[in-house]
Amino acid sequence: MQTTILYIGRDTEITAVMNRLLNARPEWKGLCVCKNEEAISICKEQHIDLVLLGNGIDQESEAELKNKLLALRPGLKIIQHYGGGSGLLYGEIMSATN
Amino acid sequence: MSQFILHKENTRGHANHGWLDAHHSFSFANYYNPERMHFGVLRVLNDDSIDGGMGFGSHPHDNMEIITIPLAGAIAHKDSMGNSAVIKNGEIQVMSAGTGVSHSEFNANADEQLNLLQIWLFPNKKNVTPRYDQQTLDVAARHNNFQQILSPNADDAGVWIHQDAWFSLGKFDEGFETEYKIKKAGNGVYAFVINGEVTINGQVLSKRDGLGVWDTDSISFKANTADAEVLLMDVPMELN
Repeated sequence: MQTTILYIGRDTEITAVMNRLLNARPEWKGLCVCKNEEAISICKEQHIDLVLLGNGIDQESEAELKNKLLALRPGLKIIQHYGGGSGLLYGEIMSATN
Repeated sequence: MSQFILHKENTRGHANHGWLDAHHSFSFANYYNPERMHFGVLRVLNDDSIDGGMGFGSHPHDNMEIITIPLAGAIAHKDSMGNSAVIKNGEIQVMSAGTGVSHSEFNANADEQLNLLQIWLFPNKKNVTPRYDQQTLDVAARHNNFQQILSPNADDAGVWIHQDAWFSLGKFDEGFETEYKIKKAGNGVYAFVINGEVTINGQVLSKRDGLGVWDTDSISFKANTADAEVLLMDVPMELN
């Protein structure tokens, strides 16, 4: 079964890398955006299994984003992604989904 | 009562990509072991051997303190902050990825193997301005001494990072004994044996073994062989 993962990060280059990495594995479907509004819109339209919070999201914006996403999808798993699409991604997703 | 976790060399994750022979003390890339996710804020300890002229093309990082210690050979580094440098054995490099940085890392020599430790720590503050530094270390100062090579303080010995962590390197004569005092309450220490055999808190460690100790304020150390070389990573045990 495919895990749908929504990534939000402010850096366009890292977001592009995340999009490539998340969609490189058949068991994952990655949706990667830079803006909170885009993330909320996606969450309204489709099922999301896991949210990864990437770089550059300030504390206030992160709190607002979490509140809105959880209001749309109570119980949604939201975790911090560290490293920018690097060697930590697989472990983070495995830990969050198992 | 102190607690410990022992990671023997042959239990590390291993990936041989031909040009890159990598050993992972903690889960990394396709190596996933839920029991090996981190030791406090220490998230990555990779022991990489890279063929001559080969390396990692430009790739991004964010929100991670990345420390590189060449053990043999030299690494050519270029990054999006405009830094271009070669770091060789006896030096240390640090990069605070913060809001995002791209870099490439290659073996600087075409005909020599590069062996390096790459260590990633979770930062104590997210989204800092990216920064880069490297230092040449006084290798003689680590003879029978834990030489500090990293700290949280810009005016202290070694490079500095955005985390309450202290790294020390030592190279010891056979039979040398000492005690290492943990720098901050709540920190633990992860010892990684670069060469030789040592005993730490009664645990005998061989080359490339790792031992994490916490809930204590010091560890005992003894070198069992000549030229025993150890890296100590004194890190917060609580994730920020």
